[in-house]
Amino acid sequence: MITRRDFLKISAFASLIGLGGSLSIEALEKKQGPQVLKDLKALKGKRWAMAIDTRKFKTQEDFDKVIKACHKAHNVPEIINPLHEVKWIWTEDYEHSFPGTAEHYISKEVKERKFLLLCNHCDNAPCTRVCPVKATFKREDGITMQDMHRCIGCKFCMAGCPYGARNYNFLPPRDYIKELNPEYPTRMLGVVEKCTFCNERIDRGLLPYCVEASEGKIIFGDLYDPNSEIRKVLAENIIIRRKVELGTQPMVFYII
Amino acid sequence: MLDLALKGRPRYWIWVSFLITMIIIGFICWMREHHVGAALTTGLSRDVSWGFHVGQLTFFVGVAASAVLVVLPYYFHNYKIFGRIAVIGEFLAVGCVLIAMLSVFVIMGQPSRVWNVILHPTPHSIIFWDMVVLITYLSLNLLCGWTILHAEKKSAPPPKWIKPFIYWAILWAPSIHTVTAFLYAGLPGRPHWMTALQAAHFLATAFAAGPSLLIILSMIIKKVSKFDPGQQAINKLAEIATYALIIHLFFIGLEFFTAFYSQIPDHMAALKYLYVGYEGHTGMVSWMAISTLLAFTGLLIFIFPPLRKWNVTKLIGALCIFFSIWMDKGFAFVVSGFIPNPFDKVTEAWIALNEFLVAAGVWSVGALVITVLYKIAITVKEKAVFDKYGHKQIVD
Repeated sequence: MITRRDFLKISAFASLIGLGGSLSIEALEKKQGPQVLKDLKALKGKRWAMAIDTRKFKTQEDFDKVIKACHKAHNVPEIINPLHEVKWIWTEDYEHSFPGTAEHYISKEVKERKFLLLCNHCDNAPCTRVCPVKATFKREDGITMQDMHRCIGCKFCMAGCPYGARNYNFLPPRDYIKELNPEYPTRMLGVVEKCTFCNERIDRGLLPYCVEASEGKIIFGDLYDPNSEIRKVLAENIIIRRKVELGTQPMVFYII
Repeated sequence: MLDLALKGRPRYWIWVSFLITMIIIGFICWMREHHVGAALTTGLSRDVSWGFHVGQLTFFVGVAASAVLVVLPYYFHNYKIFGRIAVIGEFLAVGCVLIAMLSVFVIMGQPSRVWNVILHPTPHSIIFWDMVVLITYLSLNLLCGWTILHAEKKSAPPPKWIKPFIYWAILWAPSIHTVTAFLYAGLPGRPHWMTALQAAHFLATAFAAGPSLLIILSMIIKKVSKFDPGQQAINKLAEIATYALIIHLFFIGLEFFTAFYSQIPDHMAALKYLYVGYEGHTGMVSWMAISTLLAFTGLLIFIFPPLRKWNVTKLIGALCIFFSIWMDKGFAFVVSGFIPNPFDKVTEAWIALNEFLVAAGVWSVGALVITVLYKIAITVKEKAVFDKYGHKQIVD
């Protein structure tokens, strides 16, 4: 004989199994990949990379133009306190851009140079490996994307990134935008954001803002295309990258 | 059986009300963080993006895993001395896993999106596995503890079907802490965390801190109720904690050798920061000095049998070991992984009041669950004068 207690137990288990079953069927049925048409004008590349000609950046104005173009267009909040600031592209001196590999006896001129730092769009990106919700992921063209609207704010990617390229919104970002660009989404408190190589521009056939604003000081192109301009400048100049020894394969090169 | 938790003396209700108050305060502080932002409510920054809460996750997963130290000898090797304490260990694990899970939950910048972890399961992320193993371990301990206690209440032997679940829980205990270690040990830019020793070291600290807490709780149970978890069991736990503590200290020595004999700056930096200061930054030095002092005090007490067995010194020793490891694993270990930052600069971090109160709320949730489960277990045990081996378990 089934008691009332046993009956309740059995029905609870049965409904749990039913719930689990329907969830897994739904998950299997889900279609994969983006469901949008691509712009015909979109730039085509197998592995986007960037070469920054550090010799050509002479004045503070050269840097400011590049940084402002990016930050303004992407509604990056202007937070003064370095503890909580948000930056997609910024400058750092030689010694702190390349800790561990910086040469002490290199020319004074190089030592005093400033270097533009941004997300390296690593080919083997640790941040995309650790993200529990695929809010940061690799696109087919090599861009390390950041979906600021899926991010749960666990900050695992910030621990994973060896380049300090990731920003958490410690303060309500919308309160710190001076001039709003209605073309680009703003973010909310508690999510991580960073440079996306201007995916929104590449997909419409335009070069990233920083490349455009640099007026030739930054070269952007397809690393896998042997005839691309970036391959040419990489072959003809002395180049360095940040923390290559970690195996992350950074896609930002510095010409020195 | 849940009804047993609804009857208690005034001091039981005072304790429960205190915990509920702390939970409410913690909840308000947590809400505040999501209104004004983590800049004003935590000690975290762009450079040190994990801190106290992640430390609490790490520490309490360990305490939860240490339940295996009473469960394995008892169920697997039929070690009778742990017969009375087994359920105390299992229920402690339930509360501690809950603390661990909530500690991760409260770091989320967008808690309403947390279901994305299930909606978009990502097996290459360790957080995904941490969620899987912790939920499983919580369920297993609740199931095993509850079922066995229920049988005990009816003075019947536990049902046979529970055995596989017990063995599963035994295998699962080290795995939860291994997964927690993998959160840290696989990150290319964090040399202090990147050691193959991490999981083993975590288990060693867990097996020292966990039994220490169990000793303290058993002594409290003996004091506030008629149920006696058993002097021999408590002494055995102290022995286990001693060995684990020695292994922990040995592992610290190993880390020092590898870093300082190799002279690789990245590996030396965080250790210097913790113990002597790094490039003039000494924020953690006194914290670690206290932790180290407590560890050696605990070791001195526990290594001498008379001191280990005398209840007064035993309690002091257990407190020393518990807090030493809590200070280290529950905060210092996490923060030092971010020092120096990727630009070889130092940003220090501390615990903000709001952050501490959120953590206190989280501990209180765990403590409340443990209190309720212990109340039930103790009430059941108090009804039988003798345990199943015929030993007296009631103190008059």
